[in-house]
Amino acid sequence: MGTEMTGADIVVQALTDLGVEVVFGYPGGAVLPIYDALFKQNRIRHILVRHEQAAVHAAEGYARSSGKVGVVLVTSGPGATNAVTGITDALMDSIPLVVLTGQVPTHLIGTDAFQECDTVGITRHCSKHNYLVQETARLGPVLHEAFYIARSGRPGPVVIDIPKDVQIMKARYTKPGVISHKTYKPQVKGDLAAIEAAVDMLAAAERPILYTGGGVINSGPVASQLLRELAKATGAPVTSTLMGLGSVPDDHPQFLGMLGMHGSYEANMAMNKCDLMLCLGARFDDRVTGRLDAFSPTSRKIHVDIDRSSFNKTVRVDLAIQGDVGSVMEDMLKVWRARGHRAADQKAWWEQIKGWRSRNSFGFEQKGEALLPQKAIQRLYEMTKAKKPIISTEVGQHQMWAAQHFGFHEPNKWLTSGGLGTMGYGLPAAIGAQLAYPGALVIDIAGEASIQMNIQELGTATQYRLPVKIFIINNEYMGMVRQWQELNHGGRYSESYSDSLPDFVKLAEAYGWKGITIEGPDDLDAGIQAMIDHPGPVMVDCRVAKLANCFPMIPSGASHTDMILSAADERGEADDDAKALV
Amino acid sequence: MKHLPSERHTLSILVDNEAGVLARIVGLFSARGYNIESLTVADVSDDHEVSRITVVTNGPPPVIDQIMAQLDRLVPVHKVVDLTDWGPHVEREMALVKVAGIGDKRVEALRLADIFRARPVDTSTASFVFEVSGSSEKVNQFIALMREVGLVEVARTGVVAIARGAEAV
Repeated sequence: MGTEMTGADIVVQALTDLGVEVVFGYPGGAVLPIYDALFKQNRIRHILVRHEQAAVHAAEGYARSSGKVGVVLVTSGPGATNAVTGITDALMDSIPLVVLTGQVPTHLIGTDAFQECDTVGITRHCSKHNYLVQETARLGPVLHEAFYIARSGRPGPVVIDIPKDVQIMKARYTKPGVISHKTYKPQVKGDLAAIEAAVDMLAAAERPILYTGGGVINSGPVASQLLRELAKATGAPVTSTLMGLGSVPDDHPQFLGMLGMHGSYEANMAMNKCDLMLCLGARFDDRVTGRLDAFSPTSRKIHVDIDRSSFNKTVRVDLAIQGDVGSVMEDMLKVWRARGHRAADQKAWWEQIKGWRSRNSFGFEQKGEALLPQKAIQRLYEMTKAKKPIISTEVGQHQMWAAQHFGFHEPNKWLTSGGLGTMGYGLPAAIGAQLAYPGALVIDIAGEASIQMNIQELGTATQYRLPVKIFIINNEYMGMVRQWQELNHGGRYSESYSDSLPDFVKLAEAYGWKGITIEGPDDLDAGIQAMIDHPGPVMVDCRVAKLANCFPMIPSGASHTDMILSAADERGEADDDAKALV
Repeated sequence: MKHLPSERHTLSILVDNEAGVLARIVGLFSARGYNIESLTVADVSDDHEVSRITVVTNGPPPVIDQIMAQLDRLVPVHKVVDLTDWGPHVEREMALVKVAGIGDKRVEALRLADIFRARPVDTSTASFVFEVSGSSEKVNQFIALMREVGLVEVARTGVVAIARGAEAV
């Protein structure tokens, strides 16, 4: 029968039953009953952020690093609208979240009440699913269903809007058994006949490539293990999207590095020249494909994805297998072994790859007084790798340099806003990851512009004694904007200069953080070491060469074979078609 | 793929009969730039839990496939069927057509209505409202003829469709 309790108590009880340990949030009028219920218990820890957008990014960082569902609690109106960027970010990157929003009482809905907004209307197309709960008795079932929807299938954010009277009224709550949904039934197992066909195609390929993405991370750590086994069995080179980094160790001999706009030359050339592409949990994003009609023209393509709508969305594939990428890889390995397949002779293919690799497309030369950003990240990696750090980033040049020069060896160690490209993601995401792993070294590799988008979260880290590190690659420009202005808009740096920057050391100190400045190559190692050695939160202002560009680069709308490898005067004026591309 | 020739497809979508579901479907079409030629929706189950939406859309085949996949992954969607791909099916539309006129025009309107099996459902000494149903083409033809005898305004339902034969979709 269950116990009768208030809606607010049902929310807290259901979260407890669902194993929730941490909630990120910010109180307000329409969620006061839930905050009161939180006050009276000590099983769920509430982390008070300084802005609701940061609550969602923190929950994303928590979810992405731990594999659990991230939970957010915000009030109605501005609480909900501030959360929208984070919710959209989680949708684009398939991060499982449950976002609880307060709402004005049911009798005031639709009257333009104070702090009222149409939360379910606003979040309808930026959430995987959403609910407006109008009866207290529905709260328990909706919460359990929401968690199921958020984490199953292709994960994503689920929003539950709870009017204040629904939080106050009483109903019976029972912890449900196994959750299923009458219509939503994600397909986990792949079709066996299709898997067999895929294995035969793979075994016969002379120039195969495994193109892997964030789906491998989402599938859980076992999927990364299976991917390594599949790579070993097939002998195929592996490349990864931005979101998939870490599923295969960076120093794995078959790993070609990240692909796409700022990916490695060898990864992009191998994608272009392969005869068989096995796409595992990636979605042929425009940052990956470049010009579509020139994308991998000679290959047959197999696409494994849990979301049917990812198939043939932009790139036509020859074989689509719907299912969880971990489950499908497991079955592929079984079939491969059962059929006694040996990898085809790929000697010529690897010779070709060796040639592309020799171009050393991520190479750079540190000389002179200005510290190259690539060098800073390379040293940060070398000096911290023994601690197996968790890295988050903001968005821009520093993000791409981090993806290129920081080596990732395990899944769930790399937190970045890939799909939406949200500046201000990194600091709250690092806070979320630090809460999931209190003893870990968590570093937000940031830019001096991005970090200011959620800089208020310095206070959150201070309050909860989280030893988060921020490593600002400070070139005094919104570097990626400036780079595009240099390459496409004749070097007219319209509004991309970071003027009136704060003194980051004083700012850090004002929040009770340690602040460190790195002025150039000579004090780089000492600065990084001081950051590692300090037990509390540290903000490092690392001054780097102001006009360095991020290469290699496939210009927007160009094909994989048209990569710009180095900075040799690429300043110019793009034609209008190219300017129209993002 | 957008340069492939466009095709007209009639989709049946069974959804939870809940607030916001229609907005979700319609919003998906507008957000992703798909066309809606017509749309009808009504509760079709005894327990009032399921609504049936009929959407007529057009696009090249890969876009139609993408529309199906996008609809199918929405949580409140029970089933999506492309009736055009499914095979033989019946499509019907109903319109209410108001014409005004006196004398010969009035007689001619009645005569034409009779040919189209359109029923007068309202009349005054100077006007009729006809109810006409059938294929969209037939409804279009009737409306075109009514223009010549005093068409005032039209309300039409949009297409509803169902597969032929004994089976449910």
